[in-house]
Amino acid sequence: MKKCRHCSRRATLHVTEINDNVAVPVHLCDDCAQGYLNSSEPEDEVPTQAAELAAKLEALVADEDEECSNCNISFSQFREQGRLGCAACYDEFRQDLMPLLENIHEDSSHTGKRPRRNPGQSTSESQLVHLRTEQRKAIEKEDYESAAKLRDEIARLEAELHNLPGSSTDDSVD
Amino acid sequence: MASEGEQSAFCPKDMAKTSGAWLSADGPESDIVVSTRIRLARNLAGFPFMTKADADTRAQLVQTLKTALLSSRHNMTFINVELLDELDAQLLVERQLISRELAQAEGARGVVVGEGEFISVMLNEEDHVRMQILHSGLSLEQCWDLANEVDDGLEEQISYSFDDRLGYLTACPTNVGTGIRVSVMLHLPALRITREIQKVHTAAQKINLAVRGLYGEGSQAMGDFYQISNQVTLGCSEQDLLNNLGDVVPNILGYERRVRDLLLRDNRSQLDDQVARAMGILTSARSINSEETMHLLSSVRLGVNLGMVTDVSIATVNELFIQTQRSHLQRIQGQTLESDARNEARAAWLRERLSNN
Repeated sequence: MKKCRHCSRRATLHVTEINDNVAVPVHLCDDCAQGYLNSSEPEDEVPTQAAELAAKLEALVADEDEECSNCNISFSQFREQGRLGCAACYDEFRQDLMPLLENIHEDSSHTGKRPRRNPGQSTSESQLVHLRTEQRKAIEKEDYESAAKLRDEIARLEAELHNLPGSSTDDSVD
Repeated sequence: MASEGEQSAFCPKDMAKTSGAWLSADGPESDIVVSTRIRLARNLAGFPFMTKADADTRAQLVQTLKTALLSSRHNMTFINVELLDELDAQLLVERQLISRELAQAEGARGVVVGEGEFISVMLNEEDHVRMQILHSGLSLEQCWDLANEVDDGLEEQISYSFDDRLGYLTACPTNVGTGIRVSVMLHLPALRITREIQKVHTAAQKINLAVRGLYGEGSQAMGDFYQISNQVTLGCSEQDLLNNLGDVVPNILGYERRVRDLLLRDNRSQLDDQVARAMGILTSARSINSEETMHLLSSVRLGVNLGMVTDVSIATVNELFIQTQRSHLQRIQGQTLESDARNEARAAWLRERLSNN
């Protein structure tokens, strides 16, 4: 079932628009179709940020398809969906991402708000993601001994992340 | 207003008849600025982003975030979006409490809504946390203060994914850094009528601001509403951004007001006619579709601001833009309505609201 491109209802009108020699399928429900048919001019479609990103991603050429060692998302998967798989991807794909970030934001370093308590260095965060994946794999393989070790390790890291300065005694931290 | 009580349950019918307090038109510049919105994108440390989150992780995220948010000092209600039928999810979209994406997603997800609907925090949208603050009129600082406070409150209980160099890490690189989007919703009928709106688009783009329609990305400018918002999130602090919009928006307001004055001076009778016809149709039609409604309400809104319509308030017109949408109508009526019946219900609701003010 095709959904209307303006709302989520079932599309009943299906047409193909020709924009600059490119065929664009348009699916609309009863209500939205009325408006579409009544307007003589083609719609002023605002390009979405997602579409703009997709175009920028398209331009990226990755020599080989790397994978994030944490979440196993490949760079080509990221290019297709425009979404990264985990925080560690920013490290793993840093070389490819930095030019993209500069292109989008015309800058590459953060200015502005920071968490009050400096949370997880991204290393311990990505370590956690990694350990959770390993733990799940261990359970699937019924390797309960490893799973238990991983569980303890995860608990230790989580406790570290949750007990950072600023939350209890050290109020002077800005 | 939201219902009182500790565990105020989500009741679509009650909700549909009320509206978010941010539509009350009591904020600064409310004749043109409907609302100011700030959203922050955040992810929890130690969890994969949504594309790599399995069912267990999704459920765990909702549970963790829900608990943290409900224990905050704001009176909040959790709505489990996974359990809603299509119409109730759509109701929340129409009220701008959740995005279309969240409504249509699958798996554990939800929204935590504050009293008066100033605060809404989506869980498991594109990022683990998408918090939004909405205020009436041009209220940039007020919005930011509340967003900052809710953000700090949540961060006392959980750890965010944050990188020293890149800032708050988000699933999509377009949001990394501050993770903030500041949008101001403007009603610009005079600039649209005179086709001057294109100049606003061009000028905004030059300074990295986007102009979008009522429902954000990809939506058209319905009812002459335009959202002006930032696009860049890395390398520009929240305060810089607020200052930037705080500088630009008054210029657009001045522009719209000047064009309104010109229209009044040179095209008064035409404008009078347009507004009177709009009121005439809205208060007497027996069947009307949503597009025509939006179009006519826009004329009435302009008419109220220019003193041509005196017995209707801007707040009522603001509310009607939301309440005449398909899910609101059906929840107000308490039944499912097909397109024709909806058009009749819409006309009846408009007659009732516009003649009782």
